[in-house]
Amino acid sequence: MTTVLISSESMSTWIAWLMLAPVALPLIAALLYGSLGWRPATTWAAALSAACVLSAACGIAVAVSSSGPQVAFFGLLRVDALSAFMLVVIGAVALVSAVATPGHLRVEREFGRADDRDCRHMVLLIQLFLALMALAVEAAGLGVLWVAMEATTIVTAFLVGQRRGRAAVEAAWKYVVICSTGIALALLGTFLLNFAAQHTPSPPAGLDWVDLVAAAPSLDTGVTRIAVALLIIGFGTKAGLAPLHAWLPDAHSQAPAPVSALMSGVLISVAFYAVLRVKVIADAALGPEFARALLVVLALASLALAASLLLAQRDYKRMLAYSSIENMGLLALGAAVGSPLAIAAVLLHMLGHGLAKSSLFLGAGRILQVTRTSRIDRVRGLAAREPLLAGCFGFGVLAIIAFPPFALFASELGIARAGFADGMGWVMGAALGLVLVIAAALVNHTSRMLLGAPAPPEGSVAKPVGGVGVPVPIAVPAISPSPVGTALPGGPASVVTVASPVAVASPFGVASPGTSASPGAGTLPAAPTLPGTVTSPGAVTSPGAVTSPVAAVTADRFRRRRPGSEIYAMIGALLTCAALGVTLGPLGPLLEQATAVVTRTP
Amino acid sequence: MSTALYVQLLNLVAGAFLLTAVLILWRRELTAIIDVFALQGAALATLVGIIAVAQGSAELGAVALGVLFLRAGLLPWMLRRAAVAAGATQRETRPLVNVVSSLLAAAALTLLAYAVSQPLVELAPSPSTHAIPVGMAVVLIGFFILVTRRLALSQLVGFLLLDNGITAVGFLTATGVGLIVELGVSLDVLLVVLVLQVLKTRMREAFGATDLDELRELHD
Repeated sequence: MTTVLISSESMSTWIAWLMLAPVALPLIAALLYGSLGWRPATTWAAALSAACVLSAACGIAVAVSSSGPQVAFFGLLRVDALSAFMLVVIGAVALVSAVATPGHLRVEREFGRADDRDCRHMVLLIQLFLALMALAVEAAGLGVLWVAMEATTIVTAFLVGQRRGRAAVEAAWKYVVICSTGIALALLGTFLLNFAAQHTPSPPAGLDWVDLVAAAPSLDTGVTRIAVALLIIGFGTKAGLAPLHAWLPDAHSQAPAPVSALMSGVLISVAFYAVLRVKVIADAALGPEFARALLVVLALASLALAASLLLAQRDYKRMLAYSSIENMGLLALGAAVGSPLAIAAVLLHMLGHGLAKSSLFLGAGRILQVTRTSRIDRVRGLAAREPLLAGCFGFGVLAIIAFPPFALFASELGIARAGFADGMGWVMGAALGLVLVIAAALVNHTSRMLLGAPAPPEGSVAKPVGGVGVPVPIAVPAISPSPVGTALPGGPASVVTVASPVAVASPFGVASPGTSASPGAGTLPAAPTLPGTVTSPGAVTSPGAVTSPVAAVTADRFRRRRPGSEIYAMIGALLTCAALGVTLGPLGPLLEQATAVVTRTP
Repeated sequence: MSTALYVQLLNLVAGAFLLTAVLILWRRELTAIIDVFALQGAALATLVGIIAVAQGSAELGAVALGVLFLRAGLLPWMLRRAAVAAGATQRETRPLVNVVSSLLAAAALTLLAYAVSQPLVELAPSPSTHAIPVGMAVVLIGFFILVTRRLALSQLVGFLLLDNGITAVGFLTATGVGLIVELGVSLDVLLVVLVLQVLKTRMREAFGATDLDELRELHD
């Protein structure tokens, strides 16, 4: 059944090595970290390994597109275009996370929240996790995929619970119990599917994808129906889909930032990859209606849940986690539609979401380090304190709510168009309504974090400076024309782009350290009159008012550091995400072939 | 082994398998629960052993010994050690659903298992596939324990019960899923238990108890 077109013996060995690389390289990196620990010499080993995995993924993609699916290692590993695409997703997100890790760990160590042992454990487990994820997408059959997925739970449990506080232990416990239960349901589904495959009129089939798809039309429908439902709910648990999603917000909010980035970008995407593989079999065995009905229910439940819990969300890491549930719901919706356009959009959405969400989690980790709080209402005026970080975070949120030119705009548009074209208008209408609510909630929360004046530090009440309670314009050096101001109507304060310095209306005289550094007088003419705020000339901050005790405390708390490596990772991920939204480039043909694997169109 | 004897033995062991699950639901003392859990592991191993003898398969016989070691020996031993570490007075005092209702629920779940498993039995009617509903019932009861118990260790037992049921279904459907998968499954279960034990210890350090009611830090 496998169409292996091997031109020569050396070619097949070469491809076998290429297929081994995504699993073996992280293992080698893990060994390196295990033996040498986290030290300057090994700092960039993870990034190197991730870059090599990405290159190997590209090599596999070329091999697959030129000579069809490849099998290696006694039929245990098999790559087709879909596996190659997933390897690209894993490699890309792993690279983003690996680049950010040194910067994250440097600050954690400065604060004394992580010692050498913690650092070594974290990077070691991350590499094991990546090896398992690569194994999951390269697995030739359901059995090895299942083992890899379950092993990931075990490996990542200690990453989630690394901080050992009450919240971290609780998150890790929930994570292991819920994910193991979900995966156990998938195991039951695997057994039942195998049972059905053993009792076909044709010779019994194994658990290999190729065998199962070939045998699918003759599978017993009653047994297959139970098996498919268990498999989709089981792997859906790991993907964070609604009924058994409860682990996701806890685990994502408690894990260290690079781990959250990987969980959101890689773990749940690979779990959804398993759902897609099961759907191929289900469609062939039961017709498209069964998997569609199941996926629509899961998708709408996930979207509704994300919308309801995002509206009043108070924690920005949990906010991002619920946004991941929303995006998984959208993936399920696209998979439910199932047309080639929808599946292509789903795959692009996986990559785009992986890049955007990983950069957001890295940004959230950095914000947590800067402000030492994960409460949205405690993070105020980030744009004033950390313009670069705030800018990246703002762009990231724009990407995640599918603003053009980011890839998620193209993919969500694709899913919606495919849905309406396929006669799922009602479902799509409901989903789009929920997506709009979620986007509004995300924009609202983010604008509260990024804009406005910095929150007064606890224990001291900020008094309006200058004797009047009117807003005081303070000057802030900002990055190029602010993206946030254009996109956030109705934010608590509008950012108005003036030539280069940007003025933010501040209800208090509390100024960021950036203000005291910038020449106050020079920016005064730039202070604009903002809609809805009265700018009284008398209230203009004098140099004396800026260095009030309150401001001094604030300045100490938010001491500006040189940007860590997270910022470069975020910028890189967001630029890639934006570029993918404009053009797929060489990824286009791969996406097309991967879509054909799912829709089974030649 | 004659067919009649095989069927009788199979039914007897399947009955013991289901009965132990119900007993776990009924008892409240952790030590008693763990003892019954070990019995259930032995019943599962016997089930595999009977199938092995009926099929004359030495490989399956070895698997039966492995099941006996893991599920009647190693896992109960680990649970017992954890229970001793947690203090001898561990008792499920306030389950979310009281015992009488739990037993009624178990009856309902068993009926549900029989209803759901109809297509499975019909696909290939044989003495072993007729026992599949028992495995499914144990899966459902395990799930029920998992969601209604408050002690960390009871939840762990619920998860293991779920896993016992799934393993039983796996053997009753007589589907060799390959040695690698088989080994992977066993290893995964063992590791999950180890991970949860470590977490339980940390939980006791952080909360001073392993009552899952204490888990209230994270919610929306």
